[in-house]
Amino acid sequence: MSQITVNEAITQALAEEMRRDPRVLMFGEGVATKRQDLLAEFGGQRVRNTPLAEGIIAGTAAGAAATGLRPVVDLLFAPFLCFAMDEIVNSAGKLRYISGGQFAFPMVVIAMTGSGWTVGAQHNHNLEAWFVHSPGLKVVMPSNAADFKGLLKSAIRDDNPVLFFVDMALGHVPGEVQDDEQLVPLGRAAIAREGKDVTIISYAKMVNTCLEAAEQLAEQGISAEVIDLRSLKPLDEEAILRSARKTGRVLIVHEASRMCGVGAEVSAIITEHAFDALKAPIIRLTGPDAPAPSSYMLEQAFMPQPDAVVVSVAKLMGPIALRGHAREAVNA
Amino acid sequence: MSQIIQDSRAVSMLECMMLIRAYEEKITALQAAAGGAGTCTSVGQEASAVGVVRALSTDDRILTNHRSAGHLLARGADPGRLFAEVMGRSTGYCKGKSGSLHISAKELGVLLTSTIVGGELSLATGVALSMSMLKQPGIVACFFGDGAACEGIFHESLNLASVWKLPILYVCENNQWQAYVHRKETMIGDHVSAWAKNYGMESRTVDGNDVEAVHAATREAIARIHETGKPYLLETYTYRLRGHFEPDDQAYVAADELAQWRERDPIAQMQQKLIARGEISPSDIAQMEARVAKTIAQAAEFALNSPFPAASELTTDVYA
Ligand SMILES: Cc1ncc(C[n+]2csc(CCOP(=O)(O)OP(=O)(O)O)c2C)c(N)n1
Repeated sequence: MSQITVNEAITQALAEEMRRDPRVLMFGEGVATKRQDLLAEFGGQRVRNTPLAEGIIAGTAAGAAATGLRPVVDLLFAPFLCFAMDEIVNSAGKLRYISGGQFAFPMVVIAMTGSGWTVGAQHNHNLEAWFVHSPGLKVVMPSNAADFKGLLKSAIRDDNPVLFFVDMALGHVPGEVQDDEQLVPLGRAAIAREGKDVTIISYAKMVNTCLEAAEQLAEQGISAEVIDLRSLKPLDEEAILRSARKTGRVLIVHEASRMCGVGAEVSAIITEHAFDALKAPIIRLTGPDAPAPSSYMLEQAFMPQPDAVVVSVAKLMGPIALRGHAREAVNA
Repeated sequence: MSQIIQDSRAVSMLECMMLIRAYEEKITALQAAAGGAGTCTSVGQEASAVGVVRALSTDDRILTNHRSAGHLLARGADPGRLFAEVMGRSTGYCKGKSGSLHISAKELGVLLTSTIVGGELSLATGVALSMSMLKQPGIVACFFGDGAACEGIFHESLNLASVWKLPILYVCENNQWQAYVHRKETMIGDHVSAWAKNYGMESRTVDGNDVEAVHAATREAIARIHETGKPYLLETYTYRLRGHFEPDDQAYVAADELAQWRERDPIAQMQQKLIARGEISPSDIAQMEARVAKTIAQAAEFALNSPFPAASELTTDVYA
């Protein structure tokens, strides 16, 4: 067991998979410059810099994936995925089906997402739902170092195109990671904290926000269960329903805007399959329908904060459940 | 099962061009009679398809676009399975999931057909990267139109292929049209081949209606790719004699332009040339016509008698 950051976990996963499988290669804008260790170990054929042209990077990955390589591409910031949408969505996502199953696309697209770095809207956009909505793709968005490592390794071994989102603010966050190989399967959620009164469902760095809120709620005598989805597609419906049935109260928290976001899907699944278990309407706590601001203060307001999670839980529980400060916040 | 044909004899190339023409005419006739989804035909461009594809070896891979029937047939595709694909039958090359616009046939080395204009240009670099890193012999031939050449991805693709020294033969079929827009409205100059210079790439424009000229130019281009280890751009200058997407009355096409290019029909030209050279007689041509007609009639029959895919196929092949 060692303490490493999320960025180190990503590097370890890449190195271990490249060591294990000579077909794995990595390219992107500055990949060979920024990942000197990988370049030194695997050489310039397998760790490549590219032009600043996301379309050709993603298209090259798709073509290579279909014909025997297992590329990992780093497209830097999620908004730049707009330049690569055609290659990811129309080629990698669809050509398996269109061709009647003649080709597979074992490739991983890494991109940074999320607030916390005050980089503003053209570098910060949580657009995971776009890809969840696209057939043929898988989408992963972990919250801690161990999952980053284990899920990236699984994504590289998966025979489908996987979007791997790195919440920017998590990069330097340390966490416990097993030294031996710990694969985390795609499509399985984690119970980040057990609880019995209310279920809080989240992913990426918002999981930490929810855990902080759960601490505060515990002080109030409310036992919150926090579910970390980790993988948004495939989505672990069973884990979602199990917890919703257990507590009967569900809050969904994500930073991406509400309309047609992942929370809408999670909410619909629960209403379709566990409506009878609900003691209160499901609540979604999300970022606003606005581009991400750069100003630190506005950016903090853009992200759901622990206090807001507590308030939302209080609404689910009924205001009498809370004492003191939190109660005032709810009544305000 | 179909076989990949790599027969460079002039007579054989002529018959293949006639087969493509008969295929396209049959599919448009079937559609006109029964309705249903149209196709983008390659009538008028047969010399470009046959001249290039017949110069490729079995190791070489092909990426193409929405106007692909000629490329597939020149590669030896079974016309019955092509008809079946267009008609949405389960016996088609892609089990009826492609339709006419993005047929691929891995067994023939015809990969990843894209109907997103320019999509094949982005995938080609990856296929060539695989071939070079996995040390496979052969090159990638990537077919696209002058319309695709006006897109950013064309420039991204040529640039990266040049920088990474990928074995790609870019084949721009400049058929003067970009759907319903004449090339002259949207591009500077007459030729795409000149643009390759900026990427340190050798290139050439060839008369796309002369199958022997296309064939010779392709062989030279492939030899250069093997010699230099670098990509090459070949522009076949030709004309789309039918509309963009069937049915299409071509009301937007200038009559004199169309008439001029009809005069230069690649099949009629080749027939005259071979008769003049004494390589075939008019009765040979009649025999070829009968053979081709029979093949196409049987192929259409096969497709029409083929079953549609079961509804349960709707969600298969989405994920590996
Ligand atoms: C990205 C994209 N834009 C528009 C279209 C619609 N479209 C289909 S074919 C075509 C014309 C393409 O022209 P060109 O590349 O010259 O090829 P040609 O059809 O002449 O062979 C257009 C505009 C498309 N399929 N994809």
